[in-house]
Amino acid sequence: MAGIELNEVAHSYLPKPKSESDYALKRIHNVWDDGSACALLGPSGCGKTTLLNIVSGLLTPSRGRVLYDGKDVTGLPPEKRNIAQVFQFPVLYDTMTVFDNLAFPLRNRGIKEGEVKKRVLEVAEILDLAPFLNKRAAGLAADAKQKISLGRGLVRSDVAAILFDEPLTVIDPQMKWYLRQKLKEIHEELKLTFIYVTHDQVEALTFADQVAVMFEGEMVQIGSPQDLFENPEHRFVGYFIGSPGMNFLECTIEGNEARVNDAGIVLDEETAAKGRKARGKLELGIRPMYLEVHAGPGSGMVRAKVRGVEDLGSYRIVALTLADQTLKARLPEDKPIPEGEVWLGFPPQWTRLFADGRLVK
Amino acid sequence: MSLVLENVTKKVGRETHLYDISLEFEPGSRNVLLGRTLSGKTSLLRLMAGLDRPSAGRLLMNGEDVTGRSVRKRSVAMVYQQFINYPSLTVYRNIASPLKMAGVKKAEIDRRVRRTAEMLHLEDMLDRLPTELSGGQQQRVAIARALIGDAELLLLDEPLVNLDYKLREELRVELHDIFQERRAIVVYTTTEPTEALMLGGNIVVIDEGRILQSGPTPEVYHNPATTKVAEVCSDPPINFLKGVIKGDSVRMGPNIEMPREHHMKSLMDGDYMFGVRSNHLFLAGTGKKDVEIPAKVELAEINGSETFIHADYDGFRLVVQENGIRLVRIGAEITIYVSPASFFVYDEAGVLVASPPRESVKLGLT
Repeated sequence: MAGIELNEVAHSYLPKPKSESDYALKRIHNVWDDGSACALLGPSGCGKTTLLNIVSGLLTPSRGRVLYDGKDVTGLPPEKRNIAQVFQFPVLYDTMTVFDNLAFPLRNRGIKEGEVKKRVLEVAEILDLAPFLNKRAAGLAADAKQKISLGRGLVRSDVAAILFDEPLTVIDPQMKWYLRQKLKEIHEELKLTFIYVTHDQVEALTFADQVAVMFEGEMVQIGSPQDLFENPEHRFVGYFIGSPGMNFLECTIEGNEARVNDAGIVLDEETAAKGRKARGKLELGIRPMYLEVHAGPGSGMVRAKVRGVEDLGSYRIVALTLADQTLKARLPEDKPIPEGEVWLGFPPQWTRLFADGRLVK
Repeated sequence: MSLVLENVTKKVGRETHLYDISLEFEPGSRNVLLGRTLSGKTSLLRLMAGLDRPSAGRLLMNGEDVTGRSVRKRSVAMVYQQFINYPSLTVYRNIASPLKMAGVKKAEIDRRVRRTAEMLHLEDMLDRLPTELSGGQQQRVAIARALIGDAELLLLDEPLVNLDYKLREELRVELHDIFQERRAIVVYTTTEPTEALMLGGNIVVIDEGRILQSGPTPEVYHNPATTKVAEVCSDPPINFLKGVIKGDSVRMGPNIEMPREHHMKSLMDGDYMFGVRSNHLFLAGTGKKDVEIPAKVELAEINGSETFIHADYDGFRLVVQENGIRLVRIGAEITIYVSPASFFVYDEAGVLVASPPRESVKLGLT
């Protein structure tokens, strides 16, 4: 297995890119350590598939280098990179048995039949495919087929990394959790480098230790699921991760307070100090889960109006207006919700400042 | 307008898709048909639209039998899962098409197209072709076309299912507001209980072509009449444990013993199924009366704001829903806490015999 480094990679599909907006990938500089489970998460059009194709070798980047364990592979085609890929739709030889499908990559490389058998049996065991080895692949369910696709990567002992591109798209919802569990188990057991591309936050956050959130051709944050939820560094991460997304309120800074029109929200000193130095459009950000809703005033609280309550069974979402700006709070199902006027508490440890969409630092 | 379905059955070849369905929809009501894939939701919607004819039974609109009447002669609009628009017409002409066919005057069409487009945030895209739009925008065009004619019956068949979750989240809120301002009967199908709860109004739970339960959505959610309804109305699926009530105590599996709760007082001794939703299972104790369930973690799924911990207790798969991000290792031994007051109780036939007590949802100042 190998660590994968992207060194100042940028890509444009245009022959002569001029401005930054001509680039599908703006500037990616990143290292994935050997044996890590990483995800690339973002909406359609964010550049994640372009990046995956650069890692696999299907695409040569306009700029920058791709290194596997320090070795430059930028010019190498996929078959010379020792990577395995699992796509949205299973790619198999339908008429072959499961055994022959799994054995194919090894036989293709001229590996002796004894060794082939040993590897196939090992991998079939890991993937719960042992009972199906003599069946034809054609008759199997989508989840079994995807496991075979994965197995064809796992049988090879020389594989540098396994790349997944939305691998659970065709899987029934009830089977998805089982495959997510299987993937995690396999990663823990084999410690292979897995790179997983998806637009689905559940898949990315469940699967990966490190999630790179992509937005408009940029990796706007790389972090653990907890980092992304608790410490979003970009407005888009706050919005995209979590349901509902983070609240953003336009504000100015006066002393230790963020002023939202007439309301003053107390910040922790460090945040306020950074805010005073920041340039660009300033916004205060807080997750709906951390916003406190009270019936009466208290120290540091600001007055707001309840516009509506959505009961989602296990929790409720309260839509609020604060000085002409709207925001949402997420409250447990049994917590009473006052009507009309309420007082909002912004716990300083969960209240962030963003300048032009980026966390002030 | 009112809509009544009387003993409606639909057979296709030798297969029955809908069994003896009777429903009443009140004017201006919002109704959600909730059911899994292939439960019969779309079949039922197509009958209401007049796209298909029932094999038996009648449909009444405003008391008048419309069973055989074609969709064109009914005041109905429908939105499908797939984004269906006229590919060669601009967004403007797509939205205008129902009015144009109805022979509405040009100035009136223009006024209404602009108003509807604004409601769905399409005002800047009126000159584009559908293929130049994102999936979410394409579906907005289809919704705008359904809304513009002021049809008395508005049918939406899983309209958000092909959109990514952020768009779903936003459109759901907008649709909720749009429906509230309409006089039409809205019937909306979905597989997602959260979507049904969010849209509010009434719910009809359908499974394998039969209506299992209907009523105001919160009422059904808090009193699912059968184990099947409880499954369909819970996401993640409700947790079930087999147990025995005997005298003052309740036993579930080898390790759970708890006192018979107040809401279980009237039940006879015997075997029951105990259902508890994932958000009522916790990784930390919350009260003295909590029952402790030893379990082994199978997976922790993270959806961004919550963590769903799948764990095994004596062969029963339990899912715990925790707020925030929790890092829990596969294979870890954990203790799950649950209040005995949180259990639904079902008899051996799967029929609800006791619901957890609910303090009525308190509104007003505290």
